Amino acid sequence: MQKFDTLTGIAAPMPLINIDTDMIIPKQFLKTIKRSGLGVNLFDEMRYDDDRNEIPTFVLNQDAYRDAQIIVAGDNFGCGSSREHAPWAIADFGITCVIAPSFADIFYNNCFKNGILPIALPQEQIDVLMKDAEKGANARMTVDLETQTVTTSDGESFTFDVDAFKKRCLMEGLDDIGLTMEKVASIDTFEAAATQARPWV
Amino acid sequence: MSPKTLYDKIWDAHLAHEADDGTCLLYIDRHLVHEVTSPQAFEGLRMTGRTVRAPDKTIAVPDHNVPTTLDRANAATMTEDSRIQVEALDKNAKDFGIHYYPVSDVRQGIVHIVGPEQGWTLPGMTVVCGDSHTATHGAFGALAHGIGTSEVEHVLATQTLIQKKSKNMKVEITGKLKPGVTAKDITMSVIGKTGTAGGTGYVIEYCGEAIRDLSMEGRMTVCNMAIEGGARAGLIAPDEKTYEYCMGRPHAPKGAQWEAALAWWKTLYSDDDAQWDEILVIDGADIAPVVTWGTSPEDVLPITANVPAADSFKGGKVDAAQRSLDYMGLTAGTPLNEVEIDTVFIGSCTNGRIEDLRAAAAILKGKKIKDGLRAMVVPGSGLVRAQAEEEGLADIFKDAGFEWRLAGCSMCLAMNPDQLKPGERCAATSNRNFEGRQGRGGRTHLMSPGMAAAAAITGKLTDVREMM
Repeated sequence: MQKFDTLTGIAAPMPLINIDTDMIIPKQFLKTIKRSGLGVNLFDEMRYDDDRNEIPTFVLNQDAYRDAQIIVAGDNFGCGSSREHAPWAIADFGITCVIAPSFADIFYNNCFKNGILPIALPQEQIDVLMKDAEKGANARMTVDLETQTVTTSDGESFTFDVDAFKKRCLMEGLDDIGLTMEKVASIDTFEAAATQARPWV
Repeated sequence: MSPKTLYDKIWDAHLAHEADDGTCLLYIDRHLVHEVTSPQAFEGLRMTGRTVRAPDKTIAVPDHNVPTTLDRANAATMTEDSRIQVEALDKNAKDFGIHYYPVSDVRQGIVHIVGPEQGWTLPGMTVVCGDSHTATHGAFGALAHGIGTSEVEHVLATQTLIQKKSKNMKVEITGKLKPGVTAKDITMSVIGKTGTAGGTGYVIEYCGEAIRDLSMEGRMTVCNMAIEGGARAGLIAPDEKTYEYCMGRPHAPKGAQWEAALAWWKTLYSDDDAQWDEILVIDGADIAPVVTWGTSPEDVLPITANVPAADSFKGGKVDAAQRSLDYMGLTAGTPLNEVEIDTVFIGSCTNGRIEDLRAAAAILKGKKIKDGLRAMVVPGSGLVRAQAEEEGLADIFKDAGFEWRLAGCSMCLAMNPDQLKPGERCAATSNRNFEGRQGRGGRTHLMSPGMAAAAAITGKLTDVREMM
């Protein structure tokens, strides 16, 4: 898996609450059997009109934000469908960090499997970061996972929480399945006992 | 022993490993698989030389992509990419030796309808699927939730999931529901109160007299939308109705195993003095038939209300509400029961079961849908379809002017050809009213099957109580 340690990049402001995974990647792009190539369709219906022309008002279509690596968004980012195509599309576009007051549970977990760091911060701090993101291309935010800090372009820092296990996996690019396989003896023992206790399962 | 919630009990019974940092491996009893979120997971297994650890506990069925028109046996009715996905599932099921209900099987249907119907879903189990509406299975007192494709691969390979425990929320619906009020109105009203993020970090247990009074099918409708409130899972403690529903199903235990299972299931309830992190109590008598007006499942109002003004909300919701009103083409102050629709969709894992079809047919019997309206019923499974035909419901729908389709997810997420065109407005029994959910530019109003049937007759959002 792609590692994440530090990132200094452009942040795109998306001050909308409840950005759902249907918005992030509409269903017509779920018909793939691959994980790659979805970046061009990230936020497809907000990004392009019916004739596939870019909608100029959409943030990622503006020159200042075409190379954004961070999104700063409103509450409950990633709600709705469990589709992992959402983080696949985000990562494929080149965004590896999403900062919002809160995230939907499944999306939040999916991010960590794909080298994306989701950061939840209080609304007042998001307001500061949103203003910073609105400055445009010359304003670069820095995210440091080791120290768990986000720093605005003018040096204001906020610390964030992240689960220690998820942090380690992201920083070292660890493969979850490989890690779990190391505990196969525990799974075997549990499974044998469970089969005895609940043979109908 | 310290008192436990139902969630605590199921969690404890499935904890295969706990690391020092509190990271847990939860053992998974049932893994349901469909064609859209699984191909990359199976491909991952192939690339790493891994296999499916417990193929006997893994059940696959194509549902999201499949056409629901009667000519679907003809592969040409599927788009090329849909066909590739379904064929990939055919192949993966065969290669890895998992249980499979192909498109041609009469038992095929929406994965969350097939699981309970075939007795795969049982009380006290852990159930996962690469689909957020896995919450449905919580109706059996099973801990059930959606996962991403990486987690699908993890469960295929290890039969476990890396988890941290969620908090406990109790949602109690007291008393009796009024006539015309259904399980759908309960679950939507709860989301209207908590918001779509209100359940984030929690497993919700629904309880109270109004929940006990629901059939298993109604309980599935309630738990199905727990995810729309942000919860990891919804649960309802099993009782006599649950046991009765499970008994005799193809994959339910039989004989002595049934007795042993029953003995354990009867211990699956929250202890009286269990600790809750959050409690919400709603009087069932206060719940009205509801509809959504906006583009979030929290945008819920009684059918007797008016379209709200954006500035009646607070914080980020003001802009979001304005965006919703613009998208939905609605003006604040308009009575909801004057909003005209052109499409009706009855189906989905929320409301595609036999009782849902009965409720809609009861309103439609002897009536016609409004001229020019497009209306379709998509049963949740081939067996629901067959039963509806046997009971004469199919004829009621057809006589009224509805299209009578084959089973699948259909217009709930519009991955198959069943889609809204820009600006079309649909009365839908599904679970999401997001922008573009039922087709780009399509406008969705969520409601119960009876309400959708009433809307089909009048051509506008309608209070079902006026037709009862």
